[in-house]
Amino acid sequence: MPEPLIVASQLVKRFGDFTAVDGIDVEVQRGEAFGFLGPNGAGKSSTMRMIGCVSPVTAGTLRLFGLDAATHGAQIRRRLGVVPQLDTLDTEITVQENLWLYGRYFDLPRAEAKRRAAELLEFAQLTDRADSIVDNLSGGMKRRLSIARSLINEPELLLLDEPTTGLDPQARHVLWDRLYRLKQQGVTLVLTTHYMDEAEQLCDRLVVMDQGRIVAEGSPRSLIEQYSTREVLELRFAAGTNEAAAPQLGGIGERQELLPDRVLVYAADGEAALAEAHARGLQPESALVRRSSLEDVFLLLTGRTLAD
Amino acid sequence: MTTLLRIIPARFVVRRPQRMIERHVVAYRRQWLIIVSGFFEPLFYLLSMRAGLGSLVGDVSVAGKAVPYDAFVAPALMASSAMNGAIFDSTGNVLHRMKYARIYDAALATPMSPADVAVGEISWALLRGQLYAGSFLGVMAALGLVQSWWVFMALPACALVGLTFAGIGFAATTYMRGWSDLEIVTTATMPLFLFSATFFPASSYGSWGWVVQISPLYHGVALVRAANTGVWTASVLAHVAVLLAVSIAALALAAKRLDVLLRK
Repeated sequence: MPEPLIVASQLVKRFGDFTAVDGIDVEVQRGEAFGFLGPNGAGKSSTMRMIGCVSPVTAGTLRLFGLDAATHGAQIRRRLGVVPQLDTLDTEITVQENLWLYGRYFDLPRAEAKRRAAELLEFAQLTDRADSIVDNLSGGMKRRLSIARSLINEPELLLLDEPTTGLDPQARHVLWDRLYRLKQQGVTLVLTTHYMDEAEQLCDRLVVMDQGRIVAEGSPRSLIEQYSTREVLELRFAAGTNEAAAPQLGGIGERQELLPDRVLVYAADGEAALAEAHARGLQPESALVRRSSLEDVFLLLTGRTLAD
Repeated sequence: MTTLLRIIPARFVVRRPQRMIERHVVAYRRQWLIIVSGFFEPLFYLLSMRAGLGSLVGDVSVAGKAVPYDAFVAPALMASSAMNGAIFDSTGNVLHRMKYARIYDAALATPMSPADVAVGEISWALLRGQLYAGSFLGVMAALGLVQSWWVFMALPACALVGLTFAGIGFAATTYMRGWSDLEIVTTATMPLFLFSATFFPASSYGSWGWVVQISPLYHGVALVRAANTGVWTASVLAHVAVLLAVSIAALALAAKRLDVLLRK
């Protein structure tokens, strides 16, 4: 079996006294869509910057394409596409100039860079904005341009740091569709997100990170099966009474979780759990039964919600 | 090649600095007026010197040769225009590209090295200075201020001035926290412009003449002036050596700082 595309072992990143990444082990296979999931400050972006060979590894080893990131940064970067968390588009030049000039950084001949730029404009649905100055684009368009630009060197591995943060739902779906197409073309995707639905949509496999460490690993489905129940009952009681109501739910379902604004009951059968709560005389203002999500996995593993 | 790469830190490997220049050529195609504007400041100085001061001051002696005052000042203004062009681009514009537009972050995610970026940016700033110096030379010729055919050597001299100040400007900018720090650049270049034997010979500073020699611009002015009069002395080598030494040091510092700043 060939060496995985990314092999990180005991990877550490420190900034002075602060440890951003605290000894993680990750392997990503070619063609996989792999996610780093976690709240802000979990160490996802630091990990991505190390994988992108723009941030030196403090300790441990990191290999991409069988090359050592510490010594072969330029050769590795030649084969990567990077979509950073904050757009680094060139705002003084046009959309198509952003694409072909970026191709020049990879030593593409000018004609080839322009040919690919035209193709990528199609892919990003920006052909009619080809001559617009980047400053005048919407947030969703800029994000699509960032992704298009990252593809100019036909990368084998695409790194996306929070690809849809700050976008409206429609723009997110357009972007997911584009990323899905890339995956079908065989591009390996590595992304960070703190959106559960994004991770569930895009990732074959993911790791949950918290405070610089990996706390769980698996496919979205297997993580949910392993760490949560099939369904979740969400109960909202009158303002300020959630805390008083929670103990009275004891024994219903497998587990209860008190959040500031609601109480969660983890149960295989949510409706049955709700009936049981009603039978005990509890009168929530609202009740919702839903399927378990990665949000619940995260809550169980870290004791915190992703918004914290 | 691989062994060489292990000896030289990756940040000092220069392979494709011309890509930065290509980007600027594309970007400035739409903003050429901004570039042209930088040419006028030294021109206005020259015209005011010629019309006003020249008639009051009379001739000045350069290496034993008497030259009219405007022909004395013009080479100094030419060197200053090379300095200004290089400084303007390597400070304000570099700060914008580095901290706000984040163009270097984007470039460093590709096979580009910090040294590619630093060398590319410094070369662009140098070219901008060279553009001003070249047009200024044209004006000097038109006004009859050229003293010798040796004046063509003023262009490489100005390139050296541009290189020196682009390097210093870039290195200094890597230490800047924000726009307000740009004020320091103006504060630093103004005395250089005034006290680098620009408007009067170094000899008029008396025993304080050595202070003038600290100014890199002074060495540039001396070179351009020598080119214009066509009188070459051994001191030319010293001036070239000083400018080269400062350029190389500034360039190395710039690449190192860029690496520290952007490859955290």
